[in-house]
Amino acid sequence: MNIELRHIHKYFGKVHANDDIVLNIPAGTIQGILGENGAGKSTLMKVLSGFIQADGGEILLDGKAVIIKSPADAIRYGIGMLHQDPLDFPPMTLLDNFLLGRAGGLFLDRKAATQNIRDLAGQFGFSLDPESYVDSLTVGERQQLEILRLLWLGARVLILDEPTTGISASQKDKLFETLRKLAKQGMTIIFVSHKLEDVEVLCHKVAVLTSGKLVGEAPAPFNAKKLVEMMFGKEISLGARRPLKPGAKVFELRDLAVEDVRLHLADINLEVNAGEVIGVAGMEGSGQGLFIRACAGLIRPVNGQVLVNNHDLTGYSYHVFKRNGVSFMPASRMEEGLVIGLTLTEHFVLAEEIQGLFIDGDKGRKLAEERIKSFNIRGTPMSTVESLSGGNQQRALLALLRNPLSLLLLEHPTRGLDIESAIYIWSKLKERCKQGTSILFISSDLEEILQYSDRVLVFFSGRVTPPLDVSTLTTEKLGELIGGMGWPESKNEARVHEKKPVA
Amino acid sequence: MKKNQWLKIGFQLAAIVLALLFTTLVLLMAGASPLQAYSNVLQGIFSSTADITNVLAAWVPLLLATAGVLITFAAGLWNIGIEGQIVLGAVFTTGALRLLQNSSLPGGWIIVIGFIAGLIGGAIWGALAGVLKTFGGVNEIFGGLGLNFVATAFALYLIIGPWGRPGIASTSGTLIFPTRLWLPTPLNVALSPWALGLGILAAILVYFLLRGTYFGLRLKAVGKNMRAAFLLGVPTWQYSMYAFLLCGALAGLAGAVQVTAVYHRLIPTISSGYGFLGLLVAMLINYQAVWAAPIALFYAALNIGGIQLPIMMKMDSSLSGVLQGILVLFVLMVEGARQQLFEKKE
Repeated sequence: MNIELRHIHKYFGKVHANDDIVLNIPAGTIQGILGENGAGKSTLMKVLSGFIQADGGEILLDGKAVIIKSPADAIRYGIGMLHQDPLDFPPMTLLDNFLLGRAGGLFLDRKAATQNIRDLAGQFGFSLDPESYVDSLTVGERQQLEILRLLWLGARVLILDEPTTGISASQKDKLFETLRKLAKQGMTIIFVSHKLEDVEVLCHKVAVLTSGKLVGEAPAPFNAKKLVEMMFGKEISLGARRPLKPGAKVFELRDLAVEDVRLHLADINLEVNAGEVIGVAGMEGSGQGLFIRACAGLIRPVNGQVLVNNHDLTGYSYHVFKRNGVSFMPASRMEEGLVIGLTLTEHFVLAEEIQGLFIDGDKGRKLAEERIKSFNIRGTPMSTVESLSGGNQQRALLALLRNPLSLLLLEHPTRGLDIESAIYIWSKLKERCKQGTSILFISSDLEEILQYSDRVLVFFSGRVTPPLDVSTLTTEKLGELIGGMGWPESKNEARVHEKKPVA
Repeated sequence: MKKNQWLKIGFQLAAIVLALLFTTLVLLMAGASPLQAYSNVLQGIFSSTADITNVLAAWVPLLLATAGVLITFAAGLWNIGIEGQIVLGAVFTTGALRLLQNSSLPGGWIIVIGFIAGLIGGAIWGALAGVLKTFGGVNEIFGGLGLNFVATAFALYLIIGPWGRPGIASTSGTLIFPTRLWLPTPLNVALSPWALGLGILAAILVYFLLRGTYFGLRLKAVGKNMRAAFLLGVPTWQYSMYAFLLCGALAGLAGAVQVTAVYHRLIPTISSGYGFLGLLVAMLINYQAVWAAPIALFYAALNIGGIQLPIMMKMDSSLSGVLQGILVLFVLMVEGARQQLFEKKE
């Protein structure tokens, strides 16, 4: 099916998530969509697959304008989307998952469906048992299941959102082979990714999005360097950097290994000195979140040790880490950082040590006034946190941190903030560094990483670089590493990629 | 700001009017005269000192239950299990009184011990719901509901079996305690000033607990956002447990009051629905502890006034229940409508 996107616009509040996107994808093409986090890739795909509606523009399928109101609508038009996290129902069988999305009569024809699954699976060389339960499958197998389901429902356009995260190399090969086969049959494949190498080997053409705009298109074969430039922009001016001064060791990771359902990180070694800033780069979902939470004691490592000020705190809870001078600031301000419905004063009182039974109201108000002033928060002591703007919420989060701290773990400290707020927040963080606090922060903003870090860790699909001195890095080099290029062949790569062995 | 306040009050009044209109409609459908029904209810509340003291006597357990669920609501928990916690409190009180009724201890002491036993019984039942929730992953609504059934069955078993009246197997209740184990009622009315004082004290304590203490603030933080509270350093599951324990303890006291001041024995329906009614009151006052006392009094009055209906009009006394429930529904509905209409979110 030929797809034409004409002048697609989508706003979220003031954010222009899709800005006049024009894109033609002929039938039988594997179209790559590249871009940083927040570039608007997912928004565009959600528009196409009916999850959200565009605020402007048109979608044409085989030359006919259509309005796609819901995912069910999309599949009726033949558009199926494979989400990054498979939208299946783990405690049910494959067969039930198949039948769920099927429009139609009251009774289920299990026999016919079973046969259909077997036929389809055979066609692509997948070994899936319709009677087995979804939670027994690997991520790669769940993907295969989802592809089969969408094909069975009559999809002629397949959208895949970051499909190669968390699957094994052999499963990836099989996926790519399947996609090529489908494209030959005239299917249209849209492959959304931040992994340059995947796009390079698979796609026929690629479109690059940056801050909601389509900044460039290129046919295969691709010039990787040019793609990196398009994704990240090339002109980044760096401010003056202070030289790294060695301080006492405050934090240490020894052979750390952590894992979740998708990723397994292993053999991470890191020593952080007082006052040092470590930047953590990588596309979202490459393992950074897991890593920083393990550093905070929020996730128990499966192997290795975490030492704070030379105390082994491995396996202890976050509250013990906190008592030892570690603080974690989450990216999701309203979900994990602040309590909706409570005032600024109440937040500041909560974050401090308990003194007696009753709260001293005057003291609390004074504390709040003082913090509001020194952190330049636009709000009053009685303002509830949800009434503050994003930048002010971020400042409030920062103001909640106790003093002194040994290690500050930050997730996206300036995401979504205007430049002024970002500079202010970093000036406050730098003050803490001067007092000896070390900082480890995750950011998807390369400029921020290069500007503020002393050393950088880059994550890619569950792999981690050793700490890289920032002076040896350029935007281009960093961009390539983030996109999965220039990594040394690792002897335990297979283990890193693949968590569950394929049955 | 000012305008919004008036708007809010206006909407609340509208909710009350709507609730009354709806109840009137129900009465008309039942073929009864609404005016007569309402005047009977009012007479049942105000016509004599006995009526007024009856209302106050009903107010006490309701106030204790309301104060209890205000704590669990603050912690973001739906403590449906409060009914069972009242029953267990009553069972424990009865047990303590039975154990000591033939001892040489003065009656006053036995009553105090009975109250402490009731408090412990309720707290244990509350803690059980808390353990199921925290360690078993059982939602407190389901856990509480299950525990309610268990508590009622347990009380029934005691009444028919081990604590049964000699010679008869009856579900009507255990033997009445000797009057020296009754909570004293000096004014020769059904109301014990001790119980009244306990109820008022509990409401005041809970008000200050939720308003001005670290405990209350941390409880609120846990209730509103457990993740953030944890990251801010609050031991979250422990606070959920404290909430269950405290609510259970207050419910247990309500059970103790029912045994020592109202029924003077254990009966199967000892909780009299005050737990559920307390949940209704808490919802109606939007979890604001200041309003707990007056609204609980109003609901207690409706309960007592409703008793007149079967006597005077041969109607079922559940009319009060209809009005109590409908009122909550309309207040919630009208508040939702007000927010939809006047508080636009950006």
